[in-house]
Amino acid sequence: MRILFDELTKVFTDKKRGKKESVVAVDHFSFEIPDGQLIGLLGPSGCGKSTALHLISGLHTPTSGRIYFGDEDMTDVPVEKREVGVVFQNYALYPHLSVLENIMFPLDNLEGNKRISPNEMRSRARAAAKLVQIDELESRRPKELSGGQQQRVAIARALVKQPRVLLLDEPLSNLDARLRLQTREEIRRIQKGTGVTTIFVTHDQEEAMSISDQIVVMQSGRVQQIGKPQWVYDFPANLFVAKFLGTPPINVFRGSIRGGRLFIGKDDVFAAPGLSDQEVWVGIRPEGFILDEQGPLRCTFQSLEMMGRDISVMAGHVALEGERLQALLEAGSGIPAGAAQVNFSLKPDKVHVFSRDTQVRLDWQKGGMGK
Amino acid sequence: MMERNNPKGWLYLLPAMLFLGVFMVYPLIDVFIYSFEQGFNFASQSYDGVGMRNYSFVLRDPYFLQAVKNTFILVIFTVPISTGLALLISVGLSSIKAVRHLYQTLYFLPYVTNTLAVGLVFMILFKKTPYTDGLANLIIGWFGAGPVDFIDGPYWAKMFVLCFYTVWVVMPFKILILTSALASVDEGYYKAAQVDGTRKIRVFTRITLPMISPTIFYLIITGFIGAFKAYSDAVALFGTDLNAAEMNTIVGYVYDMLYGSSGGYPSYASAAAIILFLIVLTITCINLLISKKHVHY
Repeated sequence: MRILFDELTKVFTDKKRGKKESVVAVDHFSFEIPDGQLIGLLGPSGCGKSTALHLISGLHTPTSGRIYFGDEDMTDVPVEKREVGVVFQNYALYPHLSVLENIMFPLDNLEGNKRISPNEMRSRARAAAKLVQIDELESRRPKELSGGQQQRVAIARALVKQPRVLLLDEPLSNLDARLRLQTREEIRRIQKGTGVTTIFVTHDQEEAMSISDQIVVMQSGRVQQIGKPQWVYDFPANLFVAKFLGTPPINVFRGSIRGGRLFIGKDDVFAAPGLSDQEVWVGIRPEGFILDEQGPLRCTFQSLEMMGRDISVMAGHVALEGERLQALLEAGSGIPAGAAQVNFSLKPDKVHVFSRDTQVRLDWQKGGMGK
Repeated sequence: MMERNNPKGWLYLLPAMLFLGVFMVYPLIDVFIYSFEQGFNFASQSYDGVGMRNYSFVLRDPYFLQAVKNTFILVIFTVPISTGLALLISVGLSSIKAVRHLYQTLYFLPYVTNTLAVGLVFMILFKKTPYTDGLANLIIGWFGAGPVDFIDGPYWAKMFVLCFYTVWVVMPFKILILTSALASVDEGYYKAAQVDGTRKIRVFTRITLPMISPTIFYLIITGFIGAFKAYSDAVALFGTDLNAAEMNTIVGYVYDMLYGSSGGYPSYASAAAIILFLIVLTITCINLLISKKHVHY
């Protein structure tokens, strides 16, 4: 099911001591989610991603704007008629019902000509349980299950009524690190298996990047960028997106464009033809540094960490935002012991330039790779 | 490391154990012994034998049988009605937002009001005097029924007032407990049910009720025990001579046997108290058995 947001806005108004306070949780959301994709809504906590999710589910009603499933306007359709499956952050499994009864619960709600026989309910619930590989646990109570198993039951319960859209609110946040890796693959597998358009919310960029077909990066209720995870990582639309994606985080410098060349502080790093003279932010991914004695970026060496596959160099620079920069280099890159200074040359496709005022991405004409 | 039989631990428990022993355990045992001492004489503190004679007297005493009948009627009507009504009101209270606190205060008022003062109010509502038939009779009169004397009239009318009064008095506590139980049910379950298109009545029976079933069960058990121990409510309504009013309760009977005009029989009182204890024990055990199937912890 294709989902379309048209200028969707949600404002929460709260009365505190007589004063009305408004919070714009979702601000003029406009984008389209193609049928059958797995979409990650990504942003820091409080950015409105859960609100956006529940605008789709219908648990929140928008202040303005429209929302469509396919060509159908769903804006005023109540929750129970939207045919969405929701997996809540704490799963909300009914503790007094067995796994199978939990999965059957949505089917038992069907009324009129949609009503199905108890036997069919059971077999459909069993099929859903099998899909998420918990069929051997069907008579257990939720509290007798591990976090990962509970999560699967919640997914099965959401899928059993064959929803048009599957929504997952922070699906992995209650799981430990190892289970998280395993479960996100599982979500991917189930989503591809059923082909149901799936939207999940997360604040964990790694989670979103690893399994999503597309990610939607949000901040303060506004969409910052939408696209394939790798593309968003490689071409962040603004400084926020650049800073939000990637571990370790991107290193940000105050820089400037002068005479078609990019300067970081006083260091003339490379040619950036096509950009007019201006003050800029320069973001360099940790993997964008090359150890080079003749390199243009001259940093004060601070410390070195061996991390097996690669080494991490901490260094300082006058134009740096923050305490230190982190550069990831291949193991074996030699740093002279006791060095006070370390010089880098840069991989231009790992360097992103943003306007100092608007923080929007600036592109120069690639090709002139000169130092 | 903790030791299992640390003498210090016992030392710390000593004050509480001492008081419990003197004021709870010893009297309990004493009552049990009293109930088997036949022909006990209060003045000489002597008795002439040990046996079941006290029990057979009590069980044949028409006043006691009347008291048992009254108590059972009271229990059977007031416990389900008060719990059910309290549940309805609590659900209602939980679903309104605007004047909820005002209502909560109103519903809680009977709890902080003195039993005898409330009894007085009920007298005014129900008592028939040469000057007025009482408020209740005024309302009955609108429907064309004749005046009934609720305080000194027929048995069913008096029983109705007693049940009505009991329900009214025990409700506030139940409402208080149930509203907090309802508030503690995680919002997420209701959202999940809403997404799945669950009808309101089904949400209540399949989600809310099982979730608060331990609380309901607690209220039923304490309700049974409380109603079996009823006494002061009857006194507040019908005065101290409950036997004459046919409104005595088991605890009232025990009191009368000890201190009433026919009093001075601690052995009979003890036997009646032990019988009450056995009744409450049996009912509570039955409750526990039933609860295993219907209460979800």
